[in-house]
Amino acid sequence: MNKILSKQRLSQEVFRMSIHAPEIAEARSPGQFIILQMGGDFGERIPLTIADADAEEGSITLIFQAVGETTHRLALLEVGDSIENLLGPLGTPTDIKKYGKVVCVGGGIGVAPLFPIVEGMKRAGNEVKVIMGARNESLLIMEEEMRATADEVIVVTDDGSYGRKALVTEPLKELCEEWKPDCVVIIGPPIMMKFAALTTKPFGIHTIVSLNTIMIDGTGMCGGCRVNIGGETKFACVDGPEFDGHLVDWDNLLLRLGTYKPQEEVAHHRCHIGLEIPEGDA
Amino acid sequence: MHVSREELDKKAKAILEEYENKDISPRQRAQIPLQEMPAQDPQVRVTNMEEVALGYTENQVRAEALRCLQCKNKPCIKGCPVGIDIPAFIAAAAKGEHAQALSIIKESSSLPAICGRVCPQESQCQLYCTVGKVLKDVEQSVSIGRIERYVSDYARENKCETMPKVAPETGKRVAVVGTGPAGISAAMDLRRRGHTVVMFEALHKAGGVLVYGIPEFRLPKKIVEHELQNLKDMGVTIRRNYLVGKTRKISDIMGKDGFDAVFVGSGAGLPRFMGIEGENYVGVFSANEYLTRSNLMKAYAVGDALTPLFDSKKVAVFGGGNVAMDAARTAKRLGAEEVSIIYRRTDIEMPARREEVAHAKEEGVKFLYLHAPLEITANEKGRVNGVSLIECELGEPDASGRRSPVEIPGSEKMFDCDTVIIAIGNTSNPLIKATTDGIEVNRWGNFIVNDETCETTLKGVYAGGDIVLGAATVILAMGQGRKAAKAMNEYLLTK
Ligand SMILES: Cc1cc2nc3c(=O)[nH]c(=O)nc-3n(C[C@H](O)[C@H](O)[C@H](O)COP(=O)(O)OP(=O)(O)OC[C@H]3O[C@@H](n4cnc5c(N)ncnc54)[C@H](O)[C@@H]3O)c2cc1C
Ligand SMILES: Cc1cc2nc3c(=O)[nH]c(=O)nc-3n(C[C@H](O)[C@H](O)[C@H](O)COP(=O)(O)OP(=O)(O)OC[C@H]3O[C@@H](n4cnc5c(N)ncnc54)[C@H](O)[C@@H]3O)c2cc1C
Ligand code: SF4
Ligand code: FES
Repeated sequence: MNKILSKQRLSQEVFRMSIHAPEIAEARSPGQFIILQMGGDFGERIPLTIADADAEEGSITLIFQAVGETTHRLALLEVGDSIENLLGPLGTPTDIKKYGKVVCVGGGIGVAPLFPIVEGMKRAGNEVKVIMGARNESLLIMEEEMRATADEVIVVTDDGSYGRKALVTEPLKELCEEWKPDCVVIIGPPIMMKFAALTTKPFGIHTIVSLNTIMIDGTGMCGGCRVNIGGETKFACVDGPEFDGHLVDWDNLLLRLGTYKPQEEVAHHRCHIGLEIPEGDA
Repeated sequence: MHVSREELDKKAKAILEEYENKDISPRQRAQIPLQEMPAQDPQVRVTNMEEVALGYTENQVRAEALRCLQCKNKPCIKGCPVGIDIPAFIAAAAKGEHAQALSIIKESSSLPAICGRVCPQESQCQLYCTVGKVLKDVEQSVSIGRIERYVSDYARENKCETMPKVAPETGKRVAVVGTGPAGISAAMDLRRRGHTVVMFEALHKAGGVLVYGIPEFRLPKKIVEHELQNLKDMGVTIRRNYLVGKTRKISDIMGKDGFDAVFVGSGAGLPRFMGIEGENYVGVFSANEYLTRSNLMKAYAVGDALTPLFDSKKVAVFGGGNVAMDAARTAKRLGAEEVSIIYRRTDIEMPARREEVAHAKEEGVKFLYLHAPLEITANEKGRVNGVSLIECELGEPDASGRRSPVEIPGSEKMFDCDTVIIAIGNTSNPLIKATTDGIEVNRWGNFIVNDETCETTLKGVYAGGDIVLGAATVILAMGQGRKAAKAMNEYLLTK
């Protein structure tokens, strides 16, 4: 079950894996995710977006950044190894339809989950422009795929090491003013999504964001993933992960993401001593 | 005062020497002292996750069984939701024929080792027991549940359980959604009748609430695993990591995958929140989340487990049921300095099993009655620092027959804490309803089923347990699983 079919290293910390999971491959739609668990009794359950799927081959693709213990362990698996537990597809699919003009904004690893949405939006007959950002050139992923799919791709880096030296909000504002999109989809670090959503707000443009809350079961059973949307409590794992970016209580989301900060720092430290990922292409 | 197991055993032995194999009158039987359940010392057990109640010794079970009057009218059976022949199994246990006793129980119940531990006996069989009536104290009734537990444990440990026989294959295929007590008992009975049974479970471990909700210290997971292993040995397939409705819809399971019938035992897995200000601050958890982290993800094994736990010093738990007791006692074990259960009514209205309330008190959990929360407050970092409460008094009885709490104006006060656990109940998870056409639910979201057959409004789809009853009990879930299996068997044979 869930054998790893291929693995590539996209950047220092980012990996792409395709995994045998025929039922998930068949059932999934863009915007949905899986939850995986490894390491016997003691492993953690973590959510990752389904970046792509091939129903014929019966495989799904995950793209993930090794940020903590579980993602490090995942990065150490090789082709032929299996992932013990893989549940999906979870969450509500992206509301893909013909809007007309769509801007898709991806920050950091957020570019990966954005890709199937860009594809979907194109297929639905939209004109799609992509803004992708990263801290620096070495952290940029999937530029080629994006260029092959979208009508236009704007690349920005925080330090100007590649593309334009800017935050994603700059070109986003320009597009809102000049191109006047009908829908904006934003996926990335919460702080970036917050400011990007604030950017589109004055223009009244329908804005979709994907909230990466802490999750456990992913089935609506625990409420650990709850978020405040327009004053109402919603569960990101079933009602989301995508929500109207103008209704999200960003400050509460950021607070809740920090719930286990002290413990994660300890774990992060531990995995950096014990689980160094070897350099070079995997 | 804590009394050791050895001490209790010695006393039981003395009783046996006096009464066993003698002709004793009912009056004398009722005078035999109730056998206390041996337990871990409260001081010790709050530092570990191991089972609190240690189980009777052989002497104790026989002494307790001697207390049964073998009433002609068998009132206790009326109180048992699945109608176990209680006097008959107690008579067998009194003679030391434990495997026989277990066989009698298994005619009516599929999970005695579990029910013996978690059933609310004081409001079921033991409520009707003549001995309790004679002594005018339900707590003095024959300890039916403890005897049930003993004989089940005995048979499992001594490998003398009789395995259910599987009838010749019928070629019919049944899907069972959910691996809680409802699903387990339906699967067992359907397999017994020769049908192919595949169970689907969303989580990475099977067992439902028995595994993710009820803590190890009350129900050791190896007991649940044993029941699941029995199912596998009978030829039932268990597929974990499979969320029916998402991985596959019921229509595809019955269409593309060719299952002839489906049993839904998906439970009441949707936590209720209180709807007050501050519920999304850092440090507020549903009991489901708190318990899942500890039980399913084994977060209590700090250092081994990768799932983190919130660092709590002062914990407030809202609710008065088993879930609240489990959350509070778990918090104690996870190192909280002070844990309080805050309940809107009083001790006697609490729906939790009496034994759990007593155990919680022994472990130092505090109880604050007649208080309701108004708002959760937090510090500048959004971390919980207290709850504002209002005092209540008891008014008229409500629909549940319990007197309902009425807030006393002007009695607001602050309660300091850094963690809030909400254990005010669960409602049914809407996922299957939302992804299946033709299944009708009532206004609480519970599936509507035929009382006799447990069939839903969709032909060939049956349901039982918490998804039908709302958050109820293990024994009721099991009973419905069996009832549905019987009707499904008839449906399959005529299909
Ligand atoms: C619906 C959803 C889809 C996601 N899709 C992807 C994806 O496609 N690719 C990907 O790389 N990541 C994705 N994430 C984030 C991913 O789940 C986390 O990076 C992962 O849980 C970290 O686990 P860990 O044990 O390696 O790190 P931990 O030790 O748990 O955390 C390490 C660091 O990561 C941060 N972190 C923890 N959880 C999250 C989170 N949920 N989001 C952001 N940062 C977090 C912590 O604050 C900490 O600094 C997704 C999250 C959600 C909720
Ligand atoms: C903390 C706690 C303590 C309790 N203590 C007691 C007690 O002492 N005594 C007592 O009698 N009762 C107790 N109860 C109640 C009792 O556990 C439940 O009534 C009983 O477990 C219900 O059984 P069930 O089979 O209907 O559902 P559950 O046990 O809830 O099992 C349902 C299973 O279905 C799975 N599932 C749900 N949806 C899907 C889906 N779409 N696809 C696949 N799988 C799915 C879930 O993951 C779960 O594993 C307690 C409950 C809790 C939460
Ligand atoms: S009511 Fe009590 S004493 Fe009478 S048969 Fe039942 S368990 Fe025995
Ligand atoms: S992750 Fe548990 S309810 Fe969403």
